Amino acid sequence: MVTRIGIGSKIFDTRAITRQKKLHKLGYKSITALQILDIYTIDKTFTQNQLEKIASKLSNPVTQNYIFRTEKIKVEPPTKFTWAIEIGFLPGVTDNIGHTTKEIIEDLFKTKFKDTEGIYTSQVTFLEGKISKPEALEIAGSIYNPLIKRMHIKSFTEFTKDGGMDVVVPKVKLSLKPTISKVNLHVSDDELTKIGKQGIANPDGTRRGPLALDLTYMKTIQQHFKKLKRNPTDIELESLAQTWSEHCKHTIFADPIDELKDGLFKTYIKKATEEIRKTKEDFCVSVFTDNSGAIAFDENYLITHKVETHNTPSILDPFGGAITGIVGVNRDAMGFGMGAKPIANFYGFCFADPRVDIPLYRDQKKTQKVLSSRRIMDGVIDGVNAGGNQSGIPTPQGFVYFHERFRGKPGVFVGTVGLIPRKIKGKLSHRKKSRPGDLIVMLGGRVGKDGIHGATFSSEAIDSGSPATAVQIGDPITQKKMSDAIVKEARDLLLYTSITDNGAGGLSCSVAEMGKESGGALVTLEKVPLKYPGLDPWETWISESQERMTLSIPKKNWEKFSELMKRRGVEATIIGEFTDSGNCVVTYNDKTIMDLDMKFLHDGLPQRTLKTTGSPASNAVAETTAGGRIMESKNQEKELSEMLERLNITSFEFISQQYDHIVQGNAVIGPLQGRGRVNGDTSVIRPVLSSNKGAIMSQALYPAYSEIDPYNMAASCIDSAIRNAVATGANPAKLALLDNFCWCSSNEPERLGQLKLAAKACYDYAVAYGTPFISGKDSMFNDFKGFDNNGKPIKISVPPTLLISSFGVIDDVTSVVSLDVKTPEDLLYLLGDTYEELAGSEYFEMKNATSNAVPKVDSRKNKKMYAAFYKAIKKNLIASSISVGRGGLAVAIAKKAIGGMLGTDVSLKNIPGEVTRDDFALYSESQGRILITIAKENKAAFEKALQGNTILQIGKVTKDPTIKIKGLKGNEIVNLNLKKATNSYKKTFKDY
Amino acid sequence: MTKPKAIILSGYGLNSEEETAYGFELAGAHADIVHIDDLVDGRCKLNNYQIVSFPGGFAYGDDTGAGNAYANKVRNHLWEEIQKFIVRDTLMIGICNGCQIVSNLGLVPAFEKNYGASEVALVPNQSAQFITRWTDMKVTSKTPWLDGITTLSLPVAHGEGKFYTSEVNLKKLHKKKQIALQYISGPMSTYLDLPANPNGSLGDIAGIVDETGKILGLMPHPERGMFFVQRPDWPLIKENATREKKKIPSDGPGLQIFKNAIKYFS
Repeated sequence: MVTRIGIGSKIFDTRAITRQKKLHKLGYKSITALQILDIYTIDKTFTQNQLEKIASKLSNPVTQNYIFRTEKIKVEPPTKFTWAIEIGFLPGVTDNIGHTTKEIIEDLFKTKFKDTEGIYTSQVTFLEGKISKPEALEIAGSIYNPLIKRMHIKSFTEFTKDGGMDVVVPKVKLSLKPTISKVNLHVSDDELTKIGKQGIANPDGTRRGPLALDLTYMKTIQQHFKKLKRNPTDIELESLAQTWSEHCKHTIFADPIDELKDGLFKTYIKKATEEIRKTKEDFCVSVFTDNSGAIAFDENYLITHKVETHNTPSILDPFGGAITGIVGVNRDAMGFGMGAKPIANFYGFCFADPRVDIPLYRDQKKTQKVLSSRRIMDGVIDGVNAGGNQSGIPTPQGFVYFHERFRGKPGVFVGTVGLIPRKIKGKLSHRKKSRPGDLIVMLGGRVGKDGIHGATFSSEAIDSGSPATAVQIGDPITQKKMSDAIVKEARDLLLYTSITDNGAGGLSCSVAEMGKESGGALVTLEKVPLKYPGLDPWETWISESQERMTLSIPKKNWEKFSELMKRRGVEATIIGEFTDSGNCVVTYNDKTIMDLDMKFLHDGLPQRTLKTTGSPASNAVAETTAGGRIMESKNQEKELSEMLERLNITSFEFISQQYDHIVQGNAVIGPLQGRGRVNGDTSVIRPVLSSNKGAIMSQALYPAYSEIDPYNMAASCIDSAIRNAVATGANPAKLALLDNFCWCSSNEPERLGQLKLAAKACYDYAVAYGTPFISGKDSMFNDFKGFDNNGKPIKISVPPTLLISSFGVIDDVTSVVSLDVKTPEDLLYLLGDTYEELAGSEYFEMKNATSNAVPKVDSRKNKKMYAAFYKAIKKNLIASSISVGRGGLAVAIAKKAIGGMLGTDVSLKNIPGEVTRDDFALYSESQGRILITIAKENKAAFEKALQGNTILQIGKVTKDPTIKIKGLKGNEIVNLNLKKATNSYKKTFKDY
Repeated sequence: MTKPKAIILSGYGLNSEEETAYGFELAGAHADIVHIDDLVDGRCKLNNYQIVSFPGGFAYGDDTGAGNAYANKVRNHLWEEIQKFIVRDTLMIGICNGCQIVSNLGLVPAFEKNYGASEVALVPNQSAQFITRWTDMKVTSKTPWLDGITTLSLPVAHGEGKFYTSEVNLKKLHKKKQIALQYISGPMSTYLDLPANPNGSLGDIAGIVDETGKILGLMPHPERGMFFVQRPDWPLIKENATREKKKIPSDGPGLQIFKNAIKYFS
């Protein structure tokens, strides 16, 4: 029997008020009242008494009413409304509240739900007002996403006549007979191409979705099975597709490219790290090989870091994509070595301007509209909020970046820092090895159809064939239970020999990866616990259902491990055994359905030599002038105010405040600094409660430079990421880097040419600074192919984006320095030279001006200055410090003043470097510059500490709350009231 | 003196147990973190402890209302044990998610010592958004937890922290002096230039106690404000101290709450 319980608020309902406000803002002003009712649809038989009890347990007696009724829901008294809109999940989509409710009921009655029984949540929104049906449908469309949710609408009359909304039980119904099929590879090249591109054909002619295997790969597979004298099974082909995917093997970075036989990764990224580790004190412990990279923290601990992208899923369902991204990268910490505890999250969001909606469609008929930039932004922000906050991991650091070319596909970066003892029971924690005979154990969530073809899907450009099953929603609490059970208990008992995350490719990748350690694996696939019956074996094998880890457990430890997991409410299942057979074998009900040579599986993919062509502007070295075509404004106050309002400079405090950055008690320098709560580029945490050592993290990206000069773009990213950390107090000799390439059209020689230049800069500058790369990830096809509002085909490629993260250890957290000015009469110094380097700068973007002069980086000069600056910080000589970055010197001055709520009196006269115009001096983004204040009495000591470097006292801090700047000739060019500046800095996202 | 024993509950998405335990240890207690299921199946007993703490977190993801599902679990399995614990001379504290749990359980305000009746609620913030920031409070009732403190500053981090109760109950709370903490405009909200009340709480209420004062539920986090460097203004304080050649402190304001618990038993 199906029962529906409805719970409504009997006091003011903040959610309803907020939703109404939001809809008003979207233009639906005709809504005069809005109410929300939470619905629990219970597909299990209970007595009236029990139902009463359940309803009371689900509601708060102080604030809520409940009503319930078998079959249909009835609102009592029938309130006034015009439309009732019910929104619930589609079958199979993760329903976290439903899951919790099930646990509440099971605990209450000491009962268990059968596989066929369930609880499903939904929400009815009652709208009142003069609202037409089309308008009501539009409103519904603005609050639900058809890819994951279902919607039903009734007018007041219909609702009353029917006695409520209809009962819908979104149970997954699949044909209960799992099938295994063979794929005929004795076919034409055209057909092979089709299989690779669109997937294996179903009996009805439809295709299963992309394998992302091109013809070269398909022919290699064809040859392999020819030798074996058989055709592959579907699961074998799917498995190869997962393991060989760009997403998993990073073929573009691995394959030979032009004259570089070893490919970009080995030639530039890995080699930089190897060379640096040989030439200086080596603080790296584990690089590139594990789920995260690790460096030494102190004699007892290692800290790890990993940054991922989750772009493709985030455009289909921004909330689901982002939450899955953040909890997924948390597992990269948990999956490091024997399991690191996640201690800090990081985010970076790239969107198009959310204030304008330029409609895009996936299909020519314009039936599949791409979500607006605003909805993508809201959803992504919510997703990381839910994932990070619910997991109890602080989020001290992040950024937002806006560029029109992220309209087709956003950039969603997520990262996690982890902490792990160096040794566990005397064994080095970063070493792990499954052994033949160890049990293969799947831990955490169950497997459903969600996330099928995630790995191969993100290796392809997005178009109308994108499968909805690629969308999934994370369940942070299931993962939190698993995480606690592993990193707070099982790990320290040494109950397992190896562990890895189930991310891209699901079991097919995690088991194959761990099987490398022992030399083979035998999986009994029917043992894998499923969310609902009816999955085909290939689906079970490659599904990317979340919250799962794979472990290898010695048989003698199983009982203890299993008992512990039971007590912690974490599902652990033996799904096979690691072997040394040399093969990855999968059986299903005693029938062998996959038998692949491990060597072929991992190393069988053919290398393709990539060819590049130079991008036209990529060698723009000669031109150093900044293209004087734009007029210099007479009103620099106005210019500066407008700069502060720009999306890429303005405060994003609304995100910082809604992300818990103080949980775990490790906060030192958070996302907002000073009285004025200015967003900083760098954060510091104190990971061990009993120690004053800290971890520092920062990042930089300059996508607007990429098309002009990818080499110097990458150099600027590296210099900025390092300088940001140094400005706050990091030791430049002990910083590590992470690289995230988020590229577009990586099958085009020109894009590959840009990539090669950027990668070369990574090598040159990492080696020059002595900052090793410890981890990285790339996402190479960030292109949207669809149609514009006129049905015309359109391709939008993200600007080639390189995110460099910096990461290091601070000896004593009380030595770090915040950005806000502290005391009137303190002296303001600019460190470093200013040139007319404004190509791709925020100022030129604002002015629509072009130039070829992207900032160039003099690493030798900067390195020397950073080392000297670090010494000055250690001596407590610096009162405040900010790295001069996007927006240049003027923006840095304003941020410092707003941060300290004090004025500044600055003169640009004799500013070191070469600059001829005031506006260029104000907004040039020349690298290698830091802006600081010191106490007057520290003048001599500071100047001595920085001797031999370019420094200039450019002004002082004033009590008078005004930002005053004199130009190159000494005349006043800016006189901006601090209140006005603060208002400009904070107004853009004020109501977000 | 033998150290008082504190038990800090964990599990199902609670997440501040480690730093809360550290606060108690720092103040001089012996602290054990115990998963609720180990209490449920009797591996561990509350009668071995003098202090119980429900720490902050996101138990069950706040599904069905913050603190509700965890409170149900406690009520289903541990209610008798809790009642026995209360009648002994003991202390209990619920912080943030823990405050939502003890409120749902009716351990506060428990008028007329009627433990178990749910009288107050913590509902979604006025902004309908999770908020992380520092606040200032004044102490408005007598409780061992806040003994000797008149005002203090601590951070909040919650999505459902808006205190709500009926008019009748609000009057009772005032009359019986069970409002322990109220948000006020103080040094932190001045420093940060933010409104005193972070979430629209009725009567600016940040924390309440039972009639004995031994059970405290509060939304702000003492364990996230127990070190100097957790304060948002520490770089400024440090800079001023350096100029005055003074030593910088190592503690934050929250530590006193843990110290008070230990003082009560000494």
